[in-house]
Amino acid sequence: MLKKMNKTTKSNLITYGIVIAAFVIMQVLISTGSVSSLLEGLMVPLCIYVILAVSLNLVVGILGELSLGHAGFMCVGAFSSAFFSKCMRDVITVAPLRFFLALLIGIAVAAVFGIIIGIPVLRLKGDYLAIVTLAFGEIIKNLVNVLFIGKDSNGFHFSTKDVMGLNMEPDGTVLVSGPQGITGTPKDSTFLIGFILVLITLFIVMNLINSRDGRAIMSIRDNRIAAESVGINITKYKLMAFTISAALAGGAGVLYAHNLSTLTANTNNFGYNQSIMILVFVVLGGIGNIRGSIIAAVILTLLPELLRGLADYRMLIYAIVLIVMMLFNWAPKAIEWREKHLSFFRKKKEAVK
Amino acid sequence: MSFISYLINGLSLGSVYAIIALGYTMVYGIAKMLNFAHGDVIMIGAYIALLTMSQAGMSPVIAVIAAVIVCTVLGVVIERVAYKPLRNASSSLAVLITAIGVSYLLQNIALLVFGANTQTFPSVIKWNGITIADGQLNISGVTIVTIAACLIIMIVLMTFVQKSKPGQAMRAVSEDKDAAQLMGINVNGTIALTFAIGSALAAIAGVLLCSAYPSLTPYTGAMPGIKAFVAAVFGGIGSIPGAFIGGLLLGIIEILGRAYISSQMADALVFAVLIIVLLVKPTGLLGKKIQEKV
Repeated sequence: MLKKMNKTTKSNLITYGIVIAAFVIMQVLISTGSVSSLLEGLMVPLCIYVILAVSLNLVVGILGELSLGHAGFMCVGAFSSAFFSKCMRDVITVAPLRFFLALLIGIAVAAVFGIIIGIPVLRLKGDYLAIVTLAFGEIIKNLVNVLFIGKDSNGFHFSTKDVMGLNMEPDGTVLVSGPQGITGTPKDSTFLIGFILVLITLFIVMNLINSRDGRAIMSIRDNRIAAESVGINITKYKLMAFTISAALAGGAGVLYAHNLSTLTANTNNFGYNQSIMILVFVVLGGIGNIRGSIIAAVILTLLPELLRGLADYRMLIYAIVLIVMMLFNWAPKAIEWREKHLSFFRKKKEAVK
Repeated sequence: MSFISYLINGLSLGSVYAIIALGYTMVYGIAKMLNFAHGDVIMIGAYIALLTMSQAGMSPVIAVIAAVIVCTVLGVVIERVAYKPLRNASSSLAVLITAIGVSYLLQNIALLVFGANTQTFPSVIKWNGITIADGQLNISGVTIVTIAACLIIMIVLMTFVQKSKPGQAMRAVSEDKDAAQLMGINVNGTIALTFAIGSALAAIAGVLLCSAYPSLTPYTGAMPGIKAFVAAVFGGIGSIPGAFIGGLLLGIIEILGRAYISSQMADALVFAVLIIVLLVKPTGLLGKKIQEKV
């Protein structure tokens, strides 16, 4: 049966297989108690990073535009959903239902932001597009940091100054308090939910790539003018890829928000550092290669934790590993060297085939 | 009167951004890469100056010279080890990610060597500045020196690029690398020279920045680096006068925004202005528009 399938279907099935196998193995290890609690706590972040890497790969690898503001969409999804969950905490007591609604809201809000930001941004090209996405990401982070929302008997109050600026009745509660963010979000994210979201993300992205729309998007990447001349609507397809990517990042944000009880926006979780981190996953895994993004996200998320024994040196080693891997993967001289000295293995492989 | 004082502060901060942005824009113009580690070279420069002054007890002039020398060497070494092997890589993103790796590396080396504690940077300029308008307006020495340094660097750099032989080689390489090589220009040497100049400027910017805002941590360089990058794009990346104008405008917008609108929103304001400028003029203020061909 496997032989009848075409190459992409087979490759996609292998990707799903790897993800499912990894999930099952981890679940077995967790239930038998052979995994440290630290590693167990990393499972949800792992899912978050895989989703982020795969969704960013849609923009960087498939659409061919560099985005440095991916964490901004994650931030939007996280805050909108956490706000919803906090308001509905006592109204909807069934955790999965509440999470599902929060997820829809987070994704929808992130998608709306994707469209709003995408329309002006996608008119630009190359490095200019990159710097504007970075700018948007930073603006979102800054706006969240000055946002205060409170609720009392008169309804919602908004302010961009401080808690006093809300002018609430004494019985009011502060829901979002600027730099302190949102506290008391229900902890609804689990490894299972994260895993399902990863599968859904993979399903959406891989089906998009192999569809008519996906081919249109890739034709824009390969040659914009040629694509335009055969009648492909550039703006529509660019916006489509960008918005889907933003929506998926929003989903990752929802997962992130419901994994922590306190949600704040700073440089390391929603700022440019995070966007860069996700980009590193994508580039290291191979631009345009979905399976590569997953593997890179998993390895690079686990690496700093596995190096924890080295304490102060771990980030240093991380940086060196990153540089060396990039040089080894991309430098023309290194590629030449690999072909010369490692060709023995490749020939053996081909012979087996 | 306070408006003028804010404006001068903005000019001073903008001058620092402009000096950093000059380094960014020159490297981009020649190597067509965004050197993300540039901001961290600033931080290293500031630490070297601090060490020479506080540990070795040298005078500020020697401290600045030491910082410039160390950063120049550092810039050339980074280019040689991390960027040069990737110059002909199939994806331009590869070198970008390597630059990010170098940025992490420099931050973490600084973290190990100098520690995570915030260090107070003694100002290299001991002059108190001038007071005008019956004591209502005081312009500090650091401010004056920063603005003057920026102007001098800008003029020297423009003359160097336009008139001198190595400067002409730089322009030729940025125009067309292969053709320049055929004309007998040492492309590798020219690129290394560009990195050396950019890093030397970063060292000066680091010392000036920390003299004005005297707290130094391993992450000090990151945000000014990003802002200077924005300034370079704002003015049209690859253009030297563009980086100068972009840097100054960015500094003024930031300080005025902080004073009159909201201190937390100043960064957002800077980025918003950038977005508006790029939407109206997609290649920056002084950027060249290149027609795309099939």
